[in-house]
Amino acid sequence: MTDTAKTDQATEELTFTLDGRSVTAAKGELLIAAAERAGTYIPRFCYHPRMDPVGMCRMCLVDVEGPRGATLTPACFVQVNDGMVVDTANERVRKAQDGVLEFLLANHPLDCPVCDKGGECPLQDQTLAYGPGESRFIEEKRHFEKPIAISDLVLLDRERCIQCARCTRFAAEVAGEAQIDFSGRGEAVEVATFPTQPFESYFSGNTVQICPVGALTATPYRFTARPWDLDQVESTCTTCAVGCRVAVQSSQNRLTRLLGIDTEPVNHGWLCDKGRFAYESVNGDEVESGPLPAELEGENVDVAPATASQVVSLGVARGQFLGEAQETGRFEHGRLVEPRLRKEGELVPVSWSEALTAAAAGISRAKEAGGAGAVALIGGARLTNESAYAWAKLAKGVIGTDSVDAQLGDGLPADLVLGLPRATIDQAAHAPVLISLAGDLREELPVLFLRLRAAVEGATELIEISPTPTALSPPTTTAPSSAPTIQATRGPATSTGPMPGMAKNADPNRRPQIPPQKAPDFPQRFMRSPVL
Amino acid sequence: MAITDAPKIITSRLGYDDSYTIERYLASGGYEALRKALSMTPEAVAAEVDAASLLGRGGAGFPAGRKWSMLRKNPLTYLVINGDESEPATFKDHMLIEGDPHQILEGVLISAYALQVSQAFIYLRGEFALGLERLQQALNEAYAHGAVGADIFGSGFSLDVVVHPGAGAYICGEETALLESLEGKRGFPRIKPPNFPAAIGLYGEPTVVNNVETMANIPWIITNGGAAFAALGAGRSTGTRLFALAGHVRNPGNYELEMVKTTFRDLIYAPVLGGGIRSSNKLKAFIPGGVSAPWFGPDQVDLPLGQDEVGDAGSMLGSGSVVVMDSATCMVRASWRITKFFSRESCGQCTPCREGAGWLERILFRIENGAGREEDLDLLMDLCDNISPGVNWPPQQTTICVLGPSIPSSIASGIRMFRDEFLVHVKDGGCPFD
Repeated sequence: MTDTAKTDQATEELTFTLDGRSVTAAKGELLIAAAERAGTYIPRFCYHPRMDPVGMCRMCLVDVEGPRGATLTPACFVQVNDGMVVDTANERVRKAQDGVLEFLLANHPLDCPVCDKGGECPLQDQTLAYGPGESRFIEEKRHFEKPIAISDLVLLDRERCIQCARCTRFAAEVAGEAQIDFSGRGEAVEVATFPTQPFESYFSGNTVQICPVGALTATPYRFTARPWDLDQVESTCTTCAVGCRVAVQSSQNRLTRLLGIDTEPVNHGWLCDKGRFAYESVNGDEVESGPLPAELEGENVDVAPATASQVVSLGVARGQFLGEAQETGRFEHGRLVEPRLRKEGELVPVSWSEALTAAAAGISRAKEAGGAGAVALIGGARLTNESAYAWAKLAKGVIGTDSVDAQLGDGLPADLVLGLPRATIDQAAHAPVLISLAGDLREELPVLFLRLRAAVEGATELIEISPTPTALSPPTTTAPSSAPTIQATRGPATSTGPMPGMAKNADPNRRPQIPPQKAPDFPQRFMRSPVL
Repeated sequence: MAITDAPKIITSRLGYDDSYTIERYLASGGYEALRKALSMTPEAVAAEVDAASLLGRGGAGFPAGRKWSMLRKNPLTYLVINGDESEPATFKDHMLIEGDPHQILEGVLISAYALQVSQAFIYLRGEFALGLERLQQALNEAYAHGAVGADIFGSGFSLDVVVHPGAGAYICGEETALLESLEGKRGFPRIKPPNFPAAIGLYGEPTVVNNVETMANIPWIITNGGAAFAALGAGRSTGTRLFALAGHVRNPGNYELEMVKTTFRDLIYAPVLGGGIRSSNKLKAFIPGGVSAPWFGPDQVDLPLGQDEVGDAGSMLGSGSVVVMDSATCMVRASWRITKFFSRESCGQCTPCREGAGWLERILFRIENGAGREEDLDLLMDLCDNISPGVNWPPQQTTICVLGPSIPSSIASGIRMFRDEFLVHVKDGGCPFD
């Protein structure tokens, strides 16, 4: 989709006339994007740079000279042609844009004071710049029940909706699950789920973020803050190893919201719901420490260090190392606020410097006793590159050990992985052939799944080696009786055939008829229909 | 001007009770034109249609032969026939489909041969239950007769035809919405450019979309030659055309008339045609080409029934539907009723049409029911201008398809021609016709 278009473009450059000045654009570039790069912002609602344009809202109408004179043309839908003459500001364009904005507001409830979007709303912002200052609409507005829950996380207010199709396009094009779509026609067009199926997507929060009005709101953020009151820092999501760029927003020392930031190499602005909404656990007010839940009893044994005093917990996501938490300190909102040290058999609260000194002393003792090789460090697979680098620097430069890892040996063997050529997400998304050795990427690395799904929908061919069908598998794939087997190929089968040797069984025409697998016994909330 | 003795080209069988059967069709020379066409080269068949200068009968009036010759440069994949006739007061295709389905099929077969496509679809309005039954029956009979399917009449040419009923949306008569619907999607019109069906049509393949009545003309043209067809009518408007006469005339109905040679006065007043205005009332206004067309007043009743003649006068012959309104008609109510139709049938894709139609309808309803304000007239015109800049004909548009600029026609005509009547509604606080 967007990825492939970008690589094709880079080659050729065109010149066109924008409001009387000469401007360059890449071949295939949309007029609205080229104009914006040249400093001319054309108003828009339905256009989103990461999705295919639909030209529906008509806000971006500009005059484009053609064989039959200037025609009002949606700037989000036309590609720049060499020599194109565009007028974005004449009387006719202005009137058309003012008219569209006034039409959008006709049935909009204007309940901005109680709307989450107020203060960061494209409709609100563009109302200040376009359309009449006072409404000429004195009729009864369209009414819907408001809001309705379309999932546990997302609420839909159909009165506020301006039918821009951003959310429905995201669901269908980007996430690949068209669980929401338009129903009805004319004024009665509304976004709707299927009658018996909720909007049950791992990516539903993105629709809330890209909604240009307050039609879609998220239950965790709803009514918690006004956008202008929020403090914001840019950060990296640590919910999985993808490392999506996020804006972490907080108010009164509590996290209120995470938004995806559009970074070209990683997440293109998207987040999974786990990453987007997991911040709630940080704000959680549950018991700081207490009896270990039964299901964590076993894990406690695995991860508990021989000598508790030699470990300083990093205080990662609460619950993950709950056993240590009890041992090594007092936690608030998932964060270690008071370390403890074992003195004469008793754990006693100590200062940070004393705790760190004790930890350093423990490491030094181990090093003296068994050499630097006796010390090993596990950083964690979800660290940012910077943190991982710091861990490695500590291990190799300070302690002097090469025993540093990111995981507990539950992944692929390090010697195998390190032997493979490496690729960035972008390189993978542009590869002619992808071989997937993982489980289901949508479950494990959700946003990487979105990137690779876009690639596989485009020119990339996919070979999956997996015991079960995954969300990336083509619909015809069924599970073989014995695992693991190469699943199937997907994408154009002609250009680059399956890898020699590896893919002897990957005959795209072979579609074994195997009965659907029994779904694993998960709680209802997390159950998904098997992707078959 | 007068009613001419031009031959009945497409309605010749409609007088028979069994006009829709293959027996009647074969007994009156049916499928002979197809045999003749199959003995000619595809180019020669297309040349006959081009020579006839048959204008497309769907509303836009583009010459069918020219459309074909432009498209024949590239290989075509599909021929799609638009039988989604859904506009109020337009009922010509309805009668052709129910009355003579084989004639349409033969036209489709000949056209497919000329265009060298092997798959055709006929998209039929979902409400045409009898039409669907008869067309499907005719298709089955034609398959059994060897006129459709593989190796038609031993010629080596093969064509499959699928009849597909719509699901009740006026917008699916717009050709790109029709293609979306045929693909199983919502009937949202596509943006042109670039999605012209000839380039990116059904399933993304080059596609020709023609109207039912256009197809019905093809067998006669092949049998009698394009020149014979072109000899009828005048100027660009050749042959005959089926006019659906509706409204306050004594004899509403479908009339096949020679183009240009006949006038609106003939159609409305001739005893064998419309028979004059009901109850001896006076003609107040008429719509020359379907409810999306601007209205004409009594002073334009002598205009000939010709595409360019009507176009030059500021409206269109459009779908061939002529709606007559007599002196007892409330023009606010007429505007409101037409606007309500467009409001209900807007697909909801573009903002100006989706929101504008509903807004306009509400204002008109308010005026008709006595709650109008004088400034509402300017507001109506300005909102129309925001849907169709300039509110002229042929129209500009801020929307994707032409449903948008169809909305202002009745409102602008009503206000421009009958401003006083609108103002009486406002001043009297109600409708003077109630």
